[in-house]
Amino acid sequence: MSAMLEVDRVRKAFGGLLANKDVSLRVPAGGIFGLIGPNGSGKTTLFNSIVGHHPIDAGSIRFEGREISRLRVPQIARLGLLRTFQQTRIYGGMTCVENMAISVPTSELGWRSMWQRTPEADLRKASDLLEFVGLFPKRHLRAGDLSFGQQKLLELAMALMSAPRMLLLDEPTAGINPTLINGLLERLRKINRQFGITLLVIEHNMRVIMELAEYVYCLAHGELLAEGKPEQIQQDPRVLEAYLGAR
Amino acid sequence: MKPLALRRAALAAVVALALAAPYLLPNWRTQMALLFIMIVFALTWDLLGGQMGYNSFGNVLFFGVGMYVCAIVQRDGHLGYFAGLLLGSGAGALVAVALAALLGSGILGLRGHYFAIGTLGLGVAAGELASGWDFVGAGGGMVPPLYPGALGSRETFFYYLCLALPAITLPFLRWLYKGRFGLVLNAIRDDEDKAEAMGLRTTRYKTSAWCISAFFLGLSGGAVGNLLGFIDPREVAFPVDTFGVWMVLMAILGGKGTLWGPVIGAVIFHVTKELAWTYLLGWQRVSLGLLIVVIVVFFPVGILGWARERWPERFGHAVEASPGEASR
Repeated sequence: MSAMLEVDRVRKAFGGLLANKDVSLRVPAGGIFGLIGPNGSGKTTLFNSIVGHHPIDAGSIRFEGREISRLRVPQIARLGLLRTFQQTRIYGGMTCVENMAISVPTSELGWRSMWQRTPEADLRKASDLLEFVGLFPKRHLRAGDLSFGQQKLLELAMALMSAPRMLLLDEPTAGINPTLINGLLERLRKINRQFGITLLVIEHNMRVIMELAEYVYCLAHGELLAEGKPEQIQQDPRVLEAYLGAR
Repeated sequence: MKPLALRRAALAAVVALALAAPYLLPNWRTQMALLFIMIVFALTWDLLGGQMGYNSFGNVLFFGVGMYVCAIVQRDGHLGYFAGLLLGSGAGALVAVALAALLGSGILGLRGHYFAIGTLGLGVAAGELASGWDFVGAGGGMVPPLYPGALGSRETFFYYLCLALPAITLPFLRWLYKGRFGLVLNAIRDDEDKAEAMGLRTTRYKTSAWCISAFFLGLSGGAVGNLLGFIDPREVAFPVDTFGVWMVLMAILGGKGTLWGPVIGAVIFHVTKELAWTYLLGWQRVSLGLLIVVIVVFFPVGILGWARERWPERFGHAVEASPGEASR
C-alpha cells in the first residue's frame, strides 16, 4: 500500500516547550490508524501541524506524495484532508441541514454556483448522512441546541458531506453516550470501507482504539514512544508505563 | 386567507401605500426619503454585522465615497442633470465597490473587536482626508447641481428615487440569503475557523459581502448628496458619529441577522428620532441616548430576534425532533 499521509521528523515548539520532537508516522491509503498518548503528549499539536493550523519548525508532511507543510488550512482541506475538533466545532446558529448544506465539497462552490440554492441532490445526500449518524429526526434543529455528543456526530456527518480522501478524527467518542459507542465504531469502519476514507484517529478510550485501529502510534512527551499493531502496543511495557501509568 | 395570499395582499398594500404616500403626505416626502435611506443603511450593515458577524463601524466610508464621486461626475461631466445623477450614482457605487475590494482583503483579516476598531478608523480618516482635499472642496464641501424641475416636484422625485433603493436592496438580499452565499456568511459568523478547516474560501466571501454592501451604500450616497443639496465632509458624507452609529443601532434594534429586522429597526429608530427632534428639542440627544440604552439592555437580540426566540416555529425553526419521522 502506498502511503497517503507521511509525516517525517516533524518538530514543533511553543516557546521552550517542545510539543512534537521529530515525530514520524505513515498512514497508508485505506487504513484506519490510531494515535494515542497521555494528555499533553502532543497528539493534537501533531494534528494541527498536519492540517496547517500552525507552521512546523522542521520536518516534512506529505499528503498523497505532495508536500503540504507550507500550505494553509483551507488549502489542505481542499486537497481532501479534513480534521474534526476535540472541542467540537459546528455552526451553532444554523440548522443541522444548513450545516450539512454548506459542507459540500468546495469544488462545488465556484463563482456561479455560490449564488444559487443548494441543489436537491445535495439536500438528499445531507439527509442520508444525517440518517447515517442518527440525527435525521433532529435535522431542522439549531445545531447549537444539540447535545455535545450529537454535535460530535453532526461534525462527523459534515466531514463526510465534503467527501474527503482522509479524515483526522480528534477523539470521536469523547462525550458520546457509552451505549452508543459500539454503533459509532461500526459507522467509522463503514466510513473507511464503504466511503473509502482513510482514517487517523486520536482516542483516549483504549477499548475503542484497540478494536478500531489496525495500527497504532503512541506519543509521550512529544516523542514517538512506540508503534505497532494494537496487540503489540497493549503489551509494550514502555506504553504501559508512560501511558497507563500502571505497574 | 391562506398565509401566502395574505402575504401577497400585505405586500401589495405596502407597495400601493409607498407609491401613493407623496400625494397623501406631501409635507413628509423628504422625511420619508431619508427613512428609505436609513433602511438601506440598516440592511447593508446587517449583511456584514448580522449575517456574517463582522461589526463594521466604517460603512459610511462607502456612502460618502458614493456621494463625492456622484457630485464630481455631476460637476465635471457636463451632462444633463438626470444623466449626471444616474451616471454619477452608478460611478459612485462602482468606486465604492472597488474600494471595498481593495480594503477588504486587508481589513477583513481582522476579527471581532479589531475589525470594529479598524473600520471605525476608516470613516474618520475619510472625513479628514476629504476636508483637506481641494479637488472636492476641502472643508467647504461640495454643492451638487440644482434640481431643474418645477418647484415642489423635486421632493417627489427624490422620494421615488430613495424608495427605489430599499426596493432593490431588500429583494436582492432576500435572494442572496436564501442561496449558498447566505449559508457561507452564517457559517463565517458561527465559526470562521471551522469554515476554514472545511476548506471554504472565507476571504473571498467576506470581501464579496463587503462589496455588495458598498454597492448599495455608494448608490445611496449619490442620491442623498443631491437630496440634501450640500455635501459636508464630516457631517454629511462621512458622519461616523451619526449615520455610522445609527446603522448599527437600527439593525440591532430590529434584530441582527434577520431580513426584516433592519427594516423594522430603521422605521422605529427614524420615527422616534424625528419625534424627539420635534417635540423634545434641547433634549433630543438625551432621549436618543436613552433609546440606545433601552435597545441594548432590553432588546439585545432585537425585536425580531426576541420574537424568534419566543415563537420559533413561526420563523421556521424547529424546537423538537420530528417524532413521526424518527424511524425513517
